[in-house]
Amino acid sequence: MQGSVEIPQLEGIAREVRKMIVEMTYEAKSGHPGGSLSATEILTYLYFKEMNIDPARPDWPDRDRFVLSKGHATPVLYSVLALRGFFDKSLLHGYRKINSLLQGHAVNHVPGVDITAGSLGQGLSNAIGLALAARLDGRNYRVFAMIGDGESDEGSIWEAALFAAHQKVSNLIVFLDRNMIQLDGFTEEILSLGDLESKFRAFGWSAITINGHSFQDIERAMEWAKHAEGPKMIVARTVKGKGVKYMENNPEYHGKPPPSEEKLKEAIRDIEGS
Amino acid sequence: MAIAELTWLPDLINRIEKKSVREAYGNALVSVGQDRNVVVLDADLSTSTHTAMFQKKYPERFFNVGISENNMMGVASGLSWTGKKVFASSFAVFATGRAYDFIRQSICYANSDVRIVASHSGLTVGEDGATHQMLEDIGLMSGLPNMKVIVPADAYETEQVVKYIYENRGPFYVRISREKVPVIDGLPEFKFGKAQTIVDGEDVSILATGILVSAAKIAASYLKSKGISARVLNVSTIKPIDRDAIIKAARETGRIVTAEEHSIYNGLGSRVCETVAEGYPARVERVGVEDVFGESGKSWELMDKYGLNPLGIVKKVEKLMRVTS
Repeated sequence: MQGSVEIPQLEGIAREVRKMIVEMTYEAKSGHPGGSLSATEILTYLYFKEMNIDPARPDWPDRDRFVLSKGHATPVLYSVLALRGFFDKSLLHGYRKINSLLQGHAVNHVPGVDITAGSLGQGLSNAIGLALAARLDGRNYRVFAMIGDGESDEGSIWEAALFAAHQKVSNLIVFLDRNMIQLDGFTEEILSLGDLESKFRAFGWSAITINGHSFQDIERAMEWAKHAEGPKMIVARTVKGKGVKYMENNPEYHGKPPPSEEKLKEAIRDIEGS
Repeated sequence: MAIAELTWLPDLINRIEKKSVREAYGNALVSVGQDRNVVVLDADLSTSTHTAMFQKKYPERFFNVGISENNMMGVASGLSWTGKKVFASSFAVFATGRAYDFIRQSICYANSDVRIVASHSGLTVGEDGATHQMLEDIGLMSGLPNMKVIVPADAYETEQVVKYIYENRGPFYVRISREKVPVIDGLPEFKFGKAQTIVDGEDVSILATGILVSAAKIAASYLKSKGISARVLNVSTIKPIDRDAIIKAARETGRIVTAEEHSIYNGLGSRVCETVAEGYPARVERVGVEDVFGESGKSWELMDKYGLNPLGIVKKVEKLMRVTS
């Protein structure tokens, strides 16, 4: 069941998701807000508008799948899943704590989580497996995935890229969260990734670049994906830490929560004012 | 039996009936492939692992991923989460060493229904040398939660093991050889998790796995002619290890020799030592590769050079008899 939410409502949901991301990581005193905030519009759009899913039936065989290959961005995934009704919001208080369902990196026994991830560069291969099975079984579901730009340093991303193109896996739609930052700093200073749209196109994918914070752009990309051939790469230009001024474009907040209650309040004021 | 007959060469190995375990795997895959849920992956070694036999019969359910073992394990995991019964094959060194982190996360932590069947394990890869002679894979795979590890003793047991892992939920790691493996007469039917006695005896127990089960049998018959009664167990399931059978052997024979075409570290020998240390103390000697890499050569020459033959086992038994009598 696809959502029937319109863009103004999605903006409101995205604000709610961002607040949950900073609150969840603040409460856990741990976690990855930066790459969660950069991915917020994309996951919000997918779960509230695009994907054919049913929160009451997380194992429905014909559902669209989502693979969060950059598995540290669980704050955004858990927030979206909770808001969409896959599990109770109260579970978010357990994020990263002992004896909790919500591990630091996503595990597939959480309702709505299709693939276990954490060690980078594996989710794209997992997604291809899910997508190939649709072909074998004559099912029509699509597989969405999100990989990180830092994650694209991993050689296995490019193994998977070759394989998806060779197999013409056309029900695979991948977002690349191009926020230009990885743990140690800026991607182009650590290991130049360059023009990722061209790189994926050279590997045999259909590829476009969009503004990953614009719901209109995401909507147009989904329209494009209906007609583009083979595996589809949507390079989403984003801002790491988007929505919280002191986190934006700041590598420090790749894996660091708001450091104080004051900073948490500042973050929430930023998000509400956006 | 003369002592010279305890090495594979020049004559012993040529007198023994041998059968390809890789072909047995390919045949068994074709058989279980009647189930439309069976999907097979290979990484550019399908004519060597013999998954090509499956490809020929069921091309639409076979995927050659090219030389990319990490991607293969990741794709295998994804396929499994749609209800597919997935087999993934390569040489043991690439299947386990190259792809270890993918196996750890995408297959074992995720608890995916994937069966890794790896050929070309151990020294009997032969001429290709150390880069291709995987001697650490049992250790790598046994250390992973959820993973079950099986080393069939011969071609017939390989067929039974493939049927078993098809019928049961993974993840599994199955280790087979490039070289044709001696056929074991009267091998009991494979039982997962059970080490089975194939020769009874009272003075010492030889616990062997894979290609060395035949060596253990030959060693036992030589020892018998010297008045030493040796029990031989085929330990085809390495994980979960058959604790009861090992403790029974320790209790009843007091001496144990292990034999495997693997490093003496982290394989069968190590598992047996842990088990007796915790359960019933007994002296253990290990036949295996002693913390070195292999080298190029003919398979059975290498097995003789590194003591992975009946003579190697007999020497360890004789040492145990000396130090414990």
